Amino acid sequence: MSVRDWDAETGRGIVRALKHLEGALLPILHAIQDEFGYVDEAAVPIIADELSLSRAEVHGVMSFYHDFRKHAPGQHIVKICRAEACQSVGGRDSEAHAKDRLNTDFHETSADGRYTLEPVYCLGNCACGPSAMIDGKLYGRVTPRRLNQLVDALEGRR
Amino acid sequence: MITVYVPCDASAVSLGADEVARAIQAEADRSKTEIKIIRNGSRGLFWLEPMVEVATPQGRIAYGPIGEDDVAGLFAAGFLQGGAHALRRGNPEEIPYLKNQERLTFARCGVIDPLSIEDYIAHGGYQGLTNALKMQLADIVAAVTESGLRGRGGAGFPTGIKWKTVLATPADQKYIVCNADEGDSGTFADRMLMEGDPFLLIEGMTIAGLAVGATKGYVYIRSEYPISFAQMQRAIEVANAKGYLGDNVRGSGKAFQLELRLGAGAYICGEETSLLDSLEGKRGMVRAKPPLPAISGLFGKPTVINNVLSLAAVPTILDKGAAFYKDYGMGRSRGTMPLQLAGNIKRGGLVEKGFGLTLRQVIEEFGGGTASGRPIRAVQVGGPLGAYFPASLLDTPIDYEAMAAQKGMLGHGGIVVFDDSVDMAQQARFAFEFCATESCGKCTPCRIGSTRGVEVIDRIVAGEERDRNFIVLDDLCETLLDGSLCALGGLTPFPVQSALKHFPEDFHRAPRKTARAAE
Ligand SMILES: Cc1cc2nc3c(=O)[nH]c(=O)nc-3n(C[C@H](O)[C@H](O)[C@H](O)COP(=O)(O)O)c2cc1C
Ligand code: SF4
Ligand code: FES
Ligand code: FES
Repeated sequence: MSVRDWDAETGRGIVRALKHLEGALLPILHAIQDEFGYVDEAAVPIIADELSLSRAEVHGVMSFYHDFRKHAPGQHIVKICRAEACQSVGGRDSEAHAKDRLNTDFHETSADGRYTLEPVYCLGNCACGPSAMIDGKLYGRVTPRRLNQLVDALEGRR
Repeated sequence: MITVYVPCDASAVSLGADEVARAIQAEADRSKTEIKIIRNGSRGLFWLEPMVEVATPQGRIAYGPIGEDDVAGLFAAGFLQGGAHALRRGNPEEIPYLKNQERLTFARCGVIDPLSIEDYIAHGGYQGLTNALKMQLADIVAAVTESGLRGRGGAGFPTGIKWKTVLATPADQKYIVCNADEGDSGTFADRMLMEGDPFLLIEGMTIAGLAVGATKGYVYIRSEYPISFAQMQRAIEVANAKGYLGDNVRGSGKAFQLELRLGAGAYICGEETSLLDSLEGKRGMVRAKPPLPAISGLFGKPTVINNVLSLAAVPTILDKGAAFYKDYGMGRSRGTMPLQLAGNIKRGGLVEKGFGLTLRQVIEEFGGGTASGRPIRAVQVGGPLGAYFPASLLDTPIDYEAMAAQKGMLGHGGIVVFDDSVDMAQQARFAFEFCATESCGKCTPCRIGSTRGVEVIDRIVAGEERDRNFIVLDDLCETLLDGSLCALGGLTPFPVQSALKHFPEDFHRAPRKTARAAE
C-alpha cells in the first residue's frame, strides 16, 4: 500500500494545505498516511513546526490512535474484525486463519513484505460477518475459505 | 429507460454489489437496452443483499441475493419487466420483515437516490426545516422535548433538555456535533443512514443549529466507514450548491456550515468528551463532567452533541409534530428505535419499530432464529458494554427501563445473537481485553484492571484456585464499576457479570488453556 517514499517537501505541502482547519492535526495525520501509507518519523517535526505544537504533543496524538502507523506497511493491508458479532459466526477461526495464511501476526508485516495484518473492532457489517477490509475495501462472510480466495486473487491466481 | 436500483450500502458492497452493478450495466449494453442504475441505500434486509430492484409499471420488484453470476440469468428471465426468477422477491414493501416495521427515520432509506436532493424532497424531505424556519427557537426545542426523544447513542438522555441548555447559554460561537463514531459491535444504523439518506442527517443538524443558534456543525465519522464518509461529503456539496447549507440557508438569512472529520480507530472517541478532544486535534481523553458539553464543549463553546439517529429523528418531529412521534413507543421510551439484528442470525438487518417489542419477537419473528440453525444460547444487547442475556430472558421488552432492570442496556440498539457453540468464559475474557485495548488510560481500574481481568479469567479457565479467583474477579468488577470516569471502564463489568451469572457452567468446565495462554 505504501504509495510512495517519504519526502519532506510533499509532507510539508500536505501540512500547509490543511493547517487552516479547526483541529487540524487529525486531518493532517490522515492525509500524510493516505499519501505515504504511514506517518514517517520525519513528519513529526514538520507538523509540530507548522502547528506550533511540541514534538511530544504530535507524538502523543499519533500514538493514541490505532490507525496511525509508524512504519511503512506491506503491499497489502488486511484488517480482520475481532468484535463480538463476527465472533458469533466464526470470526475467531478467520483471525487464526489469516495469521496462518499471511504468515504474520496482528500489527506485523509478513517477512516478504507483502501483507500487513491489523485487528479492527467492528466494520459496521455485523449482519454479514465475519468481516474483513483489504486495502480499504470491505468484504463480508469472510470464512477461512473465502479469505483464501481473496488472498489468491491478490496473488494473481484464481 | 428502465431504472434499476443496486445498493451502494457498505454491507451490500461487501457482498458484491459493485460487481453486480457493473455486470448489469455490461449486460444491458450488450443487449442494447437503455437502463439507469441508481445506487440506493439498503432497505436493511441484509440476508437478501445485494438486493436489486427494478422500477416496473406495477411498482418496484426486488431480486436478491444477487451475485455477479446471476446477472445473465436475470436478463434472460426478463427481470427488467419484473419477470419470474428463483430470486424474485416481489414488491419489497410487502416482504413481512419490512411490512411489519414502523419506519420513520428509515422511511426513505433504500427507496430514494441518496444523493438526489430532489428525490429527498419529493419523499417528504425538508418539510421539518421548512416548518422550523417559521418557528420561534424555543418552540423548536420544545417540540423536540415534547416528542420524548432520548439520545440514541447509548445514554438515553432527553435530547430536548440538552438543546435547551445550549439555547440558554450565550456565546459568540456554538456548535452542533454529530457523533457518527458508531463503535459498538452489532450496530450499523448510523452507517446505513449516512449512506442511504444523508440529507436526513444534514436536515436534522441544520434544524439543531437553527434551534440553538449554532452556525457550524461537524460530523465525526469513524475511519472504518469510508463509504459513509464519501457519501456524506458528496451530499454536503449538493446541499451547499442548492442553498440548503451555507451562509444563507434557504434564504432565511441564517448560516449553517457543515464539515466532516474522520476518526482514527479509537473506540473511546465515541464517548462525547473524548470525541470533542479528538475533534480539537488532541488525544481522545475523556473529560470530567461538569462542565457539560452543552455549556463548554468544542473549543470551550456551547455544543450540542448527538448521535446520528437522534439528529435524524428530528426532521420527522418538526414535520409531523411531537405528538405524532410520541405516539409510538411505551413507558418512558417514546418514538421508534432502529434496532440492529446481527451476529448468528438468519435474517440480520435493521428493524425500526416503536419501543416495546421483546427480544424474542425481534430475534424470532423478524430474525428467524440463528443462521447456523442451532439453538440460541446468548444475546448481547447494546454493544460491547452490554449484558449477555440467556435464552430464558428473551421475553424482556426492549426499552431503556426494562433493559436497565436486567442490569443491561439498550445502548445504540445492537442485538448480537450467539448459538450454543459460544463459550461464555471467552466472551467475558474478550470484554476485558477490549477494555484494555480501547481504554483512554485516564483511570487506573480501566487501564490496568482490564488486563488483570483477562489474567484472572485465564486462571479460572485453567482451573487455578478457582474459588479465590472468582472473588478476585468480583472485586475487580466492583472496582471498575466504582472507579471509572466513563462507561468504558464503568460498564465492562456488565458483559462479564452477566456471563458469570447466567452461564456459570462455562467457568466451571474441566481445566483448559485459553487460546492466548496456549500460544
Ligand atoms: C465508551 C463509550 C463509547 C461511546 N460510543 C458512542 C458512539 O459510538 N456513538 C454515539 O452516538 N454515542 C456513543 N457514546 C455515547 C456518547 O458519550 C454520548 O452519550 C452521545 O453521543 C450523546 O448523544 P445522544 O444523546 O444523541 O445519544 C459512547 C459512550 C461511551 C462511554
Ligand atoms: S473509564 Fe477508561 S476509558 Fe473511561 S475515562 Fe477512565 S480510563 Fe478512560
Ligand atoms: S490508546 Fe489504546 S490503550 Fe491507550
Ligand atoms: S462485529 Fe465485525 S463487522 Fe461489526
